[in-house]
Amino acid sequence: MDGPPVLELRNVEAAYGAIRALHGLSLSLGPGEVVALLGPNGAGKTTTLRVISGLLRPVRGQVLYRGREISGRPPALIARMGIIQCPEGRQVFKNLTVRENLILGGYRLGDPDRERRNLERVLTLFPMLKERLRQPAGLLSGGQQQMLAIARALMADPEILLLDEPSLGLAPRVVEEVFEALAQLKAQGLTMLIVEQNAEKALELADRAYVLEAGRMVLADTASRLRENPDLIRIYLGR
Amino acid sequence: MHAAGSLEFWIQQLINALGLGSQYALMAVGLAMVFAVMRLINFAHGTVMMASAYIGLLLLQAGMPFPLVALGAIAGAAALGVLMERIAYRPVRGASDVALLLNSFAVAVLLENLAIMLFSPRSRPFPMPALLTRVFHPGGNLFLPSIHLWAFGGALLALSGLALFVTRTRLGLAMRAAAENPVAAQLLGIEIGKVTVLAFAIGSAMAGLAVLFWTAHVGTINPGMGFEPVLKAFVACVIGGFGTIQGAVLGGYLLGALEIVLQGLLPSGIVGYRDAMVYGILILILLVRPGGILGYLEAERV
Amino acid sequence: MGTSPIRRGWRWGLRGVALLLLAGIYLALERGGSAYLQRLAVLFLINLMLVVSLNLFTGFTGVFSLGHVGFMALGAYTSAILTLPIAMKKVNLPDLPAPLASTTLPFLPALILGGFTAAAVALLIGIPILRLSGHFVAVATLGFLIITRVVLINAEAFTRGTRTFTGVPPFTTLGWAALWALLNLYIAWRLKHSSLGLQVRAARDDPWGARGVGVSIARVRLIAFGISAFFTGIAGGLWAHFLTAFSPNAFYFSKTFEIIVMMIVGGMGSVTGSVLGTLLVMASTELLRNMEPGFAIGSFTFGPLYGLSQIGLAVLLILLITFRRQGLLGDQELRLEAIPERVERWLAQRKVVLESPRVRKADP
Ligand SMILES: Nc1ncnc2c1ncn2[C@@H]1O[C@H](COP(=O)(O)OP(=O)(O)OP(=O)(O)O)[C@@H](O)[C@H]1O
Ligand SMILES: [Mg+2]
Repeated sequence: MDGPPVLELRNVEAAYGAIRALHGLSLSLGPGEVVALLGPNGAGKTTTLRVISGLLRPVRGQVLYRGREISGRPPALIARMGIIQCPEGRQVFKNLTVRENLILGGYRLGDPDRERRNLERVLTLFPMLKERLRQPAGLLSGGQQQMLAIARALMADPEILLLDEPSLGLAPRVVEEVFEALAQLKAQGLTMLIVEQNAEKALELADRAYVLEAGRMVLADTASRLRENPDLIRIYLGR
Repeated sequence: MHAAGSLEFWIQQLINALGLGSQYALMAVGLAMVFAVMRLINFAHGTVMMASAYIGLLLLQAGMPFPLVALGAIAGAAALGVLMERIAYRPVRGASDVALLLNSFAVAVLLENLAIMLFSPRSRPFPMPALLTRVFHPGGNLFLPSIHLWAFGGALLALSGLALFVTRTRLGLAMRAAAENPVAAQLLGIEIGKVTVLAFAIGSAMAGLAVLFWTAHVGTINPGMGFEPVLKAFVACVIGGFGTIQGAVLGGYLLGALEIVLQGLLPSGIVGYRDAMVYGILILILLVRPGGILGYLEAERV
Repeated sequence: MGTSPIRRGWRWGLRGVALLLLAGIYLALERGGSAYLQRLAVLFLINLMLVVSLNLFTGFTGVFSLGHVGFMALGAYTSAILTLPIAMKKVNLPDLPAPLASTTLPFLPALILGGFTAAAVALLIGIPILRLSGHFVAVATLGFLIITRVVLINAEAFTRGTRTFTGVPPFTTLGWAALWALLNLYIAWRLKHSSLGLQVRAARDDPWGARGVGVSIARVRLIAFGISAFFTGIAGGLWAHFLTAFSPNAFYFSKTFEIIVMMIVGGMGSVTGSVLGTLLVMASTELLRNMEPGFAIGSFTFGPLYGLSQIGLAVLLILLITFRRQGLLGDQELRLEAIPERVERWLAQRKVVLESPRVRKADP
């Protein structure tokens, strides 16, 4: 990690009503770093992203963005700072066209010039979106919707991109495609935090990884070392 | 009267239906927008119309020229819509559907009775310029009230403007996005609060426009005048599919046509039951096609 | 639950005292109450029936009905038409069809037929409507209310249309109202604590779970709807024979709104809450209504302030929904039985405080 962390979680505890989902979680993300967040179902990965994005207020602990405390701020404000989440289950706006979805991705910028530039960029990254700009997003296939969701997030020129299970429910070939795109983004220097069930793919891409279990961090290491130690992954991911 | 079934009769019906439907469509749009962004069936929409009419009357009595009166009434409606959202609805955002519905009921009762207190329950004449009340005779026994023309033209203009707004502008797109998936919208930096205020402002302005035509039609205003229109707007929304702008517009015109046709064709003995039939159709549509004619939203059933 | 004989004694003692108190109030009103107080008492009991019945459906099922005043109207008009003396019918309802025109029923059967009419209509519309969910039921029942009004206005042969329906015999006494209200309360209470009540509430709190264990939501809703409509119809009949003259305007939104506020104040699903809610709302609207013609505080005069009581109701409802959505009691009940327990708990708490004040702080 070079330079001070862009994003840092310190002893974050989060709960849904009486149910605790995170028990004192700490992690950090350096500039240009790609970090994977792994763990079995129900470990609290999505919850972590929700806390970062402000959708869930932590019970205790801090979320720091470039050294500033952001927990408790409204999600829209956090998104405007450049922390963009591409949520679980894609969540494209199905009644809106592909183009409209993309335009909304650039909502936080509010700058037609950057909008045009970004649109060009994401359409080179996902060329298949180009022919479907006028279609309602609801008519796209699952894989296409995932690409649209990522493209929409990219339209915001994110400072940090949070991805929740980008490969979920996709055919293997499409998973390849998605991860290829993510690798390109990494090469361009984008800071990313990726939640994945597909540990192999995620570790190929990531610089570092954390493994969560039942709301606690059980492992934190560089991706290459974790890749050499598949037993650990197997134990903690249960496969 | 024309012989029922003659070509002339149907042309007359069409004229009337377009005039009435335009008013319903304008009223329904506001209801639909507010429902879309906060799942609130805003019964107080009707009282906004009423208040807007009184603002218009006050401006008229202050000696303003009519175009300014109209603008003032529309702007007043928008302002009132925004105020209402701030004071009464924002604090209960996220409450259950029924709590929201009751809250809007209470707001409607509150505003209506405030108006009774301020202006007395009596009906007051609202003198409209001749430009709005003239009736043309384009031939045969046809009547073409200019108010129908104004209503149709006004609706066409306002609704096209709205269509452009929600498909071409950043804010308009944000509003549709927030209506469909508020969480995903927030993750892109869209503020739900801002979008909600906007929905109230635009919807109320449309209602303010509609009430000008409505008032020109009726000739008088009173504190309870918003009640029937809001119910009709509501039926229009259900017919077209609740929560979408297209649905509201389509439903408004269909409702207008339905009422005019029932009015024209029912024997005089049972024409009084017209409204019962209209609300019967409301219930029927809820049962067989809860998502309305356009059917975007499948109402969940138990 | 082990109950000590002392506690049991307490309970029966309290119940006895409560019954005596009620009987005392009744006798005092009956014998010595002013006409104004008697009138308020009867109206209170009728409103109470309306609120308890609405609560019996809405509170227990969680599904909102905006159409209950329609059932009230059905009960009122039915029993009024049935009890109207034949001579009066010739004058007031000359177009009434034959069997109705030539018969007059005594109060009780007419009242009960009114209740059945309301219940029958409720079952009829309930079968389709109650399958809907959430505010769609509210909307559909609202449609029913409006349809009822249109029919009342147009079926002139039966209702005199918009004109006032007059000459209804003044059968409703404090005694009748008290009797029916007690019956209504009793049934509501029993229903709430019956297995049907449990099913209804299970369906309300967790529709999917309830269906999983075999509760037919539509069926339990329908039963609650029918019973609720029956008592609402009875209340309408009592009301008709109390006021003796009314028009369709009485059965519309202001009444609907009033009943809803009373229910919400007391708490959705609470029988005793309904009593409290009706009492509180009636007291405050009565107060505000008396201020409507205008009043003076010192040298300041206010008014006339028509609409003040409605404004009061509206503000009350908005405040409740914003700050205390569950009303006074939620779906809990005030229980006489609980009083001794409360007292004991309170005493125990005081003891703890006396012995060690720190214990209480740790208590959440
Ligand atoms: N909306 C919610 N309400 C209540 N509990 C929730 C909610 N969302 C998640 N939880 C609980 O919080 C815990 C963590 O869930 P979370 O969704 O963060 O897990 P995850 O690691 O993302 O799992 P998955 O791989 O299934 O997506 C789980 O026990 C879950 O049951
Ligand atoms: Mg998850």
